[in-house]
Amino acid sequence: MTPTAAEKRFAWLLCAPAVTAMLVVTGWPVAYAIWLSLFRYDLRFPGQRAFVGLDNYLSVFTSEVWWQAFGNTLLLTVVSVGIELVVGLALALLMHRTVFGRRTVRTVILIPYGIITVVAALAWKFAFDPTTGFVNALLGLDQAWLTDRPSALFVIIFTEVWKTAPFMALLLLAGLTLVPEDVLQAARVDGASAWQRLWRITLPLMKPTILVALLFRTLDAFRIFDTVFVQTRGAHGTESVSLVGYHTLVTRLNLGLGSAVSVLIFACVVVIAVLFVKAFGTALQTGVDDAR
Amino acid sequence: MRASAATPRRWGQPTWRAACGALLSLLVACDDTPLPGRAPLPEVAVLHWYVFDEPSGAFETAAQRCSEGSRGDYRVQLVALPADADQQREQLVRRLAAGDRDIDLIGMDVIWTAEFATAGWILPWQGEAAARARAGRLPAALQSASYAGRLWAAPFTTNTQLLWYRTDRIATPPRTWSELLAEAEPLGPGAIQAQGERYEGLTEFFTSLLASAGGRVLDDGGRRVALPDGPTREALAIMRRLARYPGADPALGSAREDQARLAFETGEPTFMLNYTYVWPSARRNAPQVAAHMGWARWPGVRGHGPSRVTIGGINLGVGAWTRYPQRALRAAACIAAPDNQRLAAARGGLPPTALALYDDPAVRETFPFADLLRETLQDAVQRAQSPLYNDVSLAISRTLHPLDAIEPRRDAERLRATVGRALRSEGLL
Repeated sequence: MTPTAAEKRFAWLLCAPAVTAMLVVTGWPVAYAIWLSLFRYDLRFPGQRAFVGLDNYLSVFTSEVWWQAFGNTLLLTVVSVGIELVVGLALALLMHRTVFGRRTVRTVILIPYGIITVVAALAWKFAFDPTTGFVNALLGLDQAWLTDRPSALFVIIFTEVWKTAPFMALLLLAGLTLVPEDVLQAARVDGASAWQRLWRITLPLMKPTILVALLFRTLDAFRIFDTVFVQTRGAHGTESVSLVGYHTLVTRLNLGLGSAVSVLIFACVVVIAVLFVKAFGTALQTGVDDAR
Repeated sequence: MRASAATPRRWGQPTWRAACGALLSLLVACDDTPLPGRAPLPEVAVLHWYVFDEPSGAFETAAQRCSEGSRGDYRVQLVALPADADQQREQLVRRLAAGDRDIDLIGMDVIWTAEFATAGWILPWQGEAAARARAGRLPAALQSASYAGRLWAAPFTTNTQLLWYRTDRIATPPRTWSELLAEAEPLGPGAIQAQGERYEGLTEFFTSLLASAGGRVLDDGGRRVALPDGPTREALAIMRRLARYPGADPALGSAREDQARLAFETGEPTFMLNYTYVWPSARRNAPQVAAHMGWARWPGVRGHGPSRVTIGGINLGVGAWTRYPQRALRAAACIAAPDNQRLAAARGGLPPTALALYDDPAVRETFPFADLLRETLQDAVQRAQSPLYNDVSLAISRTLHPLDAIEPRRDAERLRATVGRALRSEGLL
């Protein structure tokens, strides 16, 4: 039964409050940021506001600061999401297969995810600190971790992985429960090894879930701010794009330039989302094809 | 689940009515009209003084003294800002840019004057009030509180760096950087403690070196890049040498004032460039080091006479959006008066801006190096006085960090380019 015109109108009417709220809280700020990014507008010189077209974007693209931060952000995203996927999958398998103390295991694994990022970042900052921390003593090292780029990036990635691998595990666990037990049993009867069962059956069937998990985490990781802010404040070449935006907007009060940075971050996030959604579509499609 | 709980509750049921009643009584309680029989509140203006959290309580006492002395005119209430100057500024500018009426008095770092004045966030001092705030004050401190020919704040405390050294290892302190580096070389790694981290301290270090070599960052009006080639290269060469001479401190790239202080208190290093707060700190934490602690003027650059070091400290400004501009002005003048400066010096270890206090016995007891301090402050140099100072400083510290990678010829060029961009408000920093 197709809905009549009156029913359609009624449906829209019912949606209207939610759509309006969405437009007000997301659409308007995004549009305003795009508008601001076309101006030379510094809160310290309110009188000098002027339309400059795409100059702010040009300024960002010709700045080594932006490209270094962009490279850092990509590196942090790819490495931390990659490790999280592997660790998360291992944790998911553990949670899925645990027979004894299932609840305890799941709770313990989820604890890091329950800790606020700022707290986790501070805790690890102290842990890696040469005077207050336990890491150096544990490893028998004498390393000032947060004072040069490679080791500082390592600490940031480590904190990110520690904090969000459980989230990944939780999402992947949902995917694991979707894998039919009888298919795995059949494969086992046919003599497939545990590795083959994981690689050939479990993972392909979980593909849509993995993509969703990766999408969530990649979007989050690309906007990384708090861990870097707390641990290094962007020093020693560890700045991320969000931190560049923060410095430009909040420290320098340069609304025009800062908005251009924010808009570019938004554009990157959109590109990531579109790529994943495309891959997700193909994954679903191949899943359907396989089932036929 | 019980059946009764499953039936949906409707408006008008007892719980809802009770909630409404509670809300109403709350609203009534919020009404601040005095109850009959009770006198209305006296008309005392509460002035909020935003200033860094001074640990000794000297500011708190000063605020209390002035409040009492005002006889009901105003009451100053301290609002603590973070210890880090960058974070203090961040919190203040965000609120000032939004026109926050709650900010009456501001403990302003000397480098904020031009920015706050240009943006219209603070009120200028005029006539009688300005004349009184200027009387008997250190010229360099007054200059730090002035911009475009007007006074924007009352000089309160000041500060500058000295060269600290171990009297048990060094007979006569070095007067120039070449002498300092030559004397430090045989003493092993980390003999000189300085500030090489990428932050404001690095900009200060560079500005002091540049001024000591006869140069400066911006021209007179603060609108164009100065950075003359000769002095700039000389300053950069010294920074490079400090980071690369055989006994260079491997941790220089992440050293701030406090790391330097802590390192010096271990007794290993022989020299340290730092602010005067290291003296009371060493006496408290490391008396055996303090017993052999000497002080001398910050090293100069050979062939250019005595050094010129950047001035620090805080000035008292009046927020532009305050409800009580006149009372805030009176309160600021009171807090910055010599009596309270003496208190801040004796109790908090903050050097005064009132010149006469350098001969005061209480102050001289806190600062046995009072004469040297006054002499250094008389020649002190301002960091670039520009409304874009924050950007200029970021440009400098970003270009020069890490010190061991400095190439004087190339980086003098780069520095001119990035500072120029910062002055045009262009590009990311």
